[in-house]
Amino acid sequence: MTVFSRRSVLRAIGLAATLLAGVGTAAVSAQDRTSVKIGYAISKTGANAGGAGITTLPNYQLWVHEVNEAGGLEMPDGSRLPIEVLEYDDRSSSEEVVRAVERLATQDQVDFILVPWGTGFNLAVAPLFDRFGYPQLAVSAVTDKAPEFVQRWKKSFWLLGGGHDYTEALSKILLDQQAAGTINGDVAVISVADGFGIDLITAARQSFADAGLNMVYDVTYPVGTTDFTPMLNEAAASGADTFVAFSYPPDTFALTQQAQVAAFNPKVLYLGVGTGFPVYQANNGDKIEGIMSLGGIDVNNEAVMDYRARHEEFIGQAPDWWGSVITYASLQMLEEAIKRHGLDREAVSAELSTGTFDTVLGETKLEDNQLRQLWFGGQWQNGNFVAVAPSDREGASAPILPKAPWPAQ
Amino acid sequence: MTRTILGFALVALGLAALAWLPTQVGAYGVGLLLGMTGYVVLASAWALFSGPTRYVSLATVAFFGIGAYTVAVLSETLPYWAVLLVAAGIGLAVALVVGLATLRLAGVYFVIFTFGLAELIRQLVTWYEVNVTGTLGRYIFLPISPEQIYWQLLALAALTIGIGWLIARSRLGLALKVIGDDETVAAHTGIDISGVKLALFAVSATIITLVGAIQAPRWTYVEPSIVFNPTISFLTLIMALLGGANRLWGPALGAIPLFLLFEWLSANFPSHYSIILGLMFIAIVFVVPRGVLAGVEDLWKRLRRKGEAA
Repeated sequence: MTVFSRRSVLRAIGLAATLLAGVGTAAVSAQDRTSVKIGYAISKTGANAGGAGITTLPNYQLWVHEVNEAGGLEMPDGSRLPIEVLEYDDRSSSEEVVRAVERLATQDQVDFILVPWGTGFNLAVAPLFDRFGYPQLAVSAVTDKAPEFVQRWKKSFWLLGGGHDYTEALSKILLDQQAAGTINGDVAVISVADGFGIDLITAARQSFADAGLNMVYDVTYPVGTTDFTPMLNEAAASGADTFVAFSYPPDTFALTQQAQVAAFNPKVLYLGVGTGFPVYQANNGDKIEGIMSLGGIDVNNEAVMDYRARHEEFIGQAPDWWGSVITYASLQMLEEAIKRHGLDREAVSAELSTGTFDTVLGETKLEDNQLRQLWFGGQWQNGNFVAVAPSDREGASAPILPKAPWPAQ
Repeated sequence: MTRTILGFALVALGLAALAWLPTQVGAYGVGLLLGMTGYVVLASAWALFSGPTRYVSLATVAFFGIGAYTVAVLSETLPYWAVLLVAAGIGLAVALVVGLATLRLAGVYFVIFTFGLAELIRQLVTWYEVNVTGTLGRYIFLPISPEQIYWQLLALAALTIGIGWLIARSRLGLALKVIGDDETVAAHTGIDISGVKLALFAVSATIITLVGAIQAPRWTYVEPSIVFNPTISFLTLIMALLGGANRLWGPALGAIPLFLLFEWLSANFPSHYSIILGLMFIAIVFVVPRGVLAGVEDLWKRLRRKGEAA
């Protein structure tokens, strides 16, 4: 007995051939575009995973989800193409991020590449974005050299300002408070001996000197420091009314705890990265009232607050109060530029550079490829990290100073 | 003799083919070749010293970082070839100082010391940048294409394997074999143990420094946490061990498949990469503790013996 009759074999072959032909046609029309490929390399593991996992990655996920819910990216002809995501882990290694972007550009031939997290990594990939002709919307990169980079890499965009912007905003707040008689002109500063801390302290020394503020205490501590009590005691002994720490998240958390234990109550308390993280509020509750830091949000801006609610719903945690909303706005700019010019990267880059966009930040326009409508200083007020500087920008709240002493333990 | 000449001809042909390869593959292919050659050199240079002496060194990234940082500091002031020379000089000097101080340590003490060395140098650089120059990141804007980096690394790979070949055929090589087998015996036969170890450590460290220097222009931006990344030391070690640190071609044969595997893993399993990597480390140490080449030789011998017995 034969298991397969000749006829059934022939029929199967015929069916298979039809199917194959069908797949073949599908493959051909795939080149006619059924999706927009967007790729990115991000630090999912390693030293940078913490920052990338709060400011960058959740916003990529949220944006892709929202765009695809709406049917995809809108093209100039009104049709919509869903986003197909290619995601790589750069493992916090710069050689890895460079190779991943090369892979995205030349192997995967994606239509657009989103940026990695961190100043160093954005710079590491900038020559590649430039060489392969991709626009680079660098968000998590605080650098004073942005104007220079724009000259070097025409399609690079720098959206989070430079160290000087933040320290000048801070010294302006301090000057105003000094003029009002709230604080004296002495400032105690500590900074972490790593990229962010060094950039900021170098800028702060200049800004404070220009403003006539007196830096009575200026100490740098190594990454990984856990005991800040000696520094807090010395800062307290210096007689400064203002205490500034250009710190990283673990240090920021430790400083908040140890300042309470030491009953250290400067009239202005300004801490670094991490102050705007959702976990900071969750861990410290009401005690954070009055603490200042970089960034901030205009809580009366409904678009931003709506974005925060959507982020919390989809990701399961609130976005941070500094870079997250900028990351999201940068994606909206890209979306809008694609709607105007399609997948032509040259035209999209030109549009990003010169166009005006409607984002969660309101009407957004880049100046010399840089975003200047930024909040450079914020303060925790009634459970929100509200923007207080620049004070002349619409939506700014007035800082509430002096900061109230810590509640009794 | 004819076999040696034939071998040389083959190697030269292979090198020519490898040097021609970048014209055939795209930018991504060049990146891949470049990274692979970098690790071939690192693993081979590591094995130059650690293979025969059995000193497990985790200082690879210390020298690698010194090379990269030298380029970052000097790329604006000196011509490129001079920067490479200075980098090699600094690597050599550090290796001599460190070697003189520590090569009398043995076993786990040496491992821990070398691991600490990388961290020490990183902290020194950070301290200097913070307190003296006041900036941490440095920029490297050199007009060097990935192809040129690849060719430099390829030349360095040839040089490294060439040095390994020469050492194996010299008095030094013989001395090393004795030291590796039994240091006490070596000392009694009149071998200057610390001198030999120091010379080898210095050569190996200089080559590693050069790899860092050559690769640095690819990153544009350099800071201590980027160039003193301890993963580089571990990957080098595991590649050399996989291939077999005691064989001339062992490290290269370990580096190439592992590098390609890592690349494949990170392209296809980006989220599980670290887990798979850890499991592989364990597997290599347990399954092929002396390296694949030695493992294959053992297997071959056993099979032949079986064949003879039958």
